[in-house]
Amino acid sequence: MNSIEVTAPESTKSGRRPGDLLFGGSAAAAGWTVIVAVVLIAVFLLAQALPAIAQDHVNFLTSTDWAPNDKPARFGILQMLWTTVMSSVIAVVIAVPFSVAIALFLTHYAPRWLAGTAATLIDLLAAVPSIIFGVWGFTVLAPKLVPVQDALSGTLGWIPLFGRVSSVSGGTTIFTIGIVLAIMILPIITALTREVFSQAPRSHQEAALALGATKWEMIRTAVLPFGRPGIISATMLGLGRALGETIAVMFILSSLPDGAPWSWSIFGGGTTFAAKIASDVAEFTPGVGTGSYIAAGLVLFVLTFVVNAGARIVIERRKAFSE
Amino acid sequence: MERAWHDAGLGGGRSGARALKNTFATVLIWGAFLIALIPLVWIMWSVLSKGLHPILNITWWQKDQSGVGAPGFDHTVRGARHAIVGTLLVAFWTSVIAIPVAIMTAIYLVEYGAGRVARAVSFMVDILSGVPSIVAALFVYTAWVTIFHWKLIPLCSSLALVLLMVPVVTRSTEEMLKLVPNELREASYALGVPKWKTIVKVVLPTSMSGIITGSLLGFARVAGETAPLLLLASYTPYLNENSFSGIMAALPTMINNNFANMSGDQVSADRVWGAACTLILLVLVINLVGRLIARLTKVKS
Repeated sequence: MNSIEVTAPESTKSGRRPGDLLFGGSAAAAGWTVIVAVVLIAVFLLAQALPAIAQDHVNFLTSTDWAPNDKPARFGILQMLWTTVMSSVIAVVIAVPFSVAIALFLTHYAPRWLAGTAATLIDLLAAVPSIIFGVWGFTVLAPKLVPVQDALSGTLGWIPLFGRVSSVSGGTTIFTIGIVLAIMILPIITALTREVFSQAPRSHQEAALALGATKWEMIRTAVLPFGRPGIISATMLGLGRALGETIAVMFILSSLPDGAPWSWSIFGGGTTFAAKIASDVAEFTPGVGTGSYIAAGLVLFVLTFVVNAGARIVIERRKAFSE
Repeated sequence: MERAWHDAGLGGGRSGARALKNTFATVLIWGAFLIALIPLVWIMWSVLSKGLHPILNITWWQKDQSGVGAPGFDHTVRGARHAIVGTLLVAFWTSVIAIPVAIMTAIYLVEYGAGRVARAVSFMVDILSGVPSIVAALFVYTAWVTIFHWKLIPLCSSLALVLLMVPVVTRSTEEMLKLVPNELREASYALGVPKWKTIVKVVLPTSMSGIITGSLLGFARVAGETAPLLLLASYTPYLNENSFSGIMAALPTMINNNFANMSGDQVSADRVWGAACTLILLVLVINLVGRLIARLTKVKS
């Protein structure tokens, strides 16, 4: 249901009441403000990024150099793109199975007295500010993950993805930040998936049980298929959140030195778009310097825009189908 | 004897394999929940055990960091008043701007909107909720510094955070407004009350507790955001209560300032964990208060 179907009374005199015009106008103005804000973000970033890219002496999309303050300026986003996408993909791969399981727990498995408290606990995980994840991840978690990483790269090191990287110690790797991001996006995906599962038609569930299905079979046939678009949409929203995470990455992931060789391994360092912009803010020099970072921010905006729009399209298609 | 087999789910048409899969699924699902609790408990334990000690000192709440010395040579933790006041002020100004805009947008979407404009607004609210905080901060930086060449003031951080808070409060207000039964609106219109008065006097008061909850959750969310502060605010050890000039500290920037020296210097580590503890307590208390209000004053439909 989108808008209320009831019509308000028109004035018996000619025209509409001034109160209605004023109030309705303010409401519409607020709505337009939101549209204008998003458009302005895109326009301003584009307007500042394009001149900087025009002055770039290497290919913006395929180069791994980052020296925007040199003359001539060289900056390319390939390294940041790889690290951003890889860490977010790891986060989603870890978080989604857990989120789906926890959402099922909260809607179908938890006893009545536990369900409310359990939901609140998971939502509290969402409330923890990301800087605290950053501090905790760096000082507490990363050292504990070093033996795990050593074991993984010892047994699976022949796959480039899990290759051993000697230059990063202390566990401050893409692998670690992937795990921390997974913890951060888990509550978001769980909350959305939980909503979808709670709306699965009860009649289907009861019919399955009446036909003799076990609880798991009932869920597998009556709840999960119904919730699939919702799970996909929630996953994409979680992905969007992970792509844009700034401070946790800045604190935990150790950056690669300039000119370091390209590594496919997740046990190496790197930097994401967001972390690079935030950590280099002191070096913003007007002109190409700032413009290069704005260009990186524009790429991030486009990435999250595409992911969020995709999530919305998935949900809209499901709604149009079922109503 | 047969009854026992039936109760165990075995025999009587149900194969052992199916019952086993069922039990396995139950174990996995309970396990997933318990594993998910581990990070929450671990983080809370780390922050409280390391951070409670500095903040129980009254100096933490009364004094700022004036007189702070070089890391490694300074032996007192000093206070965080400047950071606590800064965090609260930044979130306050954000709320003052964001909440009215969000409530009016939600009213537009629920009460007035129909057709392409409303769909566009709804789409943009979703997009805005997915915009990373660093991009919002970069936008404000681009507009304020690069295009208009103005000097950064503490309010700039609030402006960036407005972009993050509006979608959160809009969505939750929208949900609350949709919960108000149509009969209430119809009764008001039947009595000849104009539409705007119906909204202001009937619909809004009915959904007010939910709107307050959504606003509190939005407030807690922006109080913890760091990226805009990194881009638009520097750090100062002195208390500044003026949001329109100068430099204002906040808990996240205080953490950032002391983070690099944490591993070598216990005083810096105390400051970091103390600020983290203060921040997490602030955010959690606001969250729990908001949820409590929601639970106690639900609209019975």
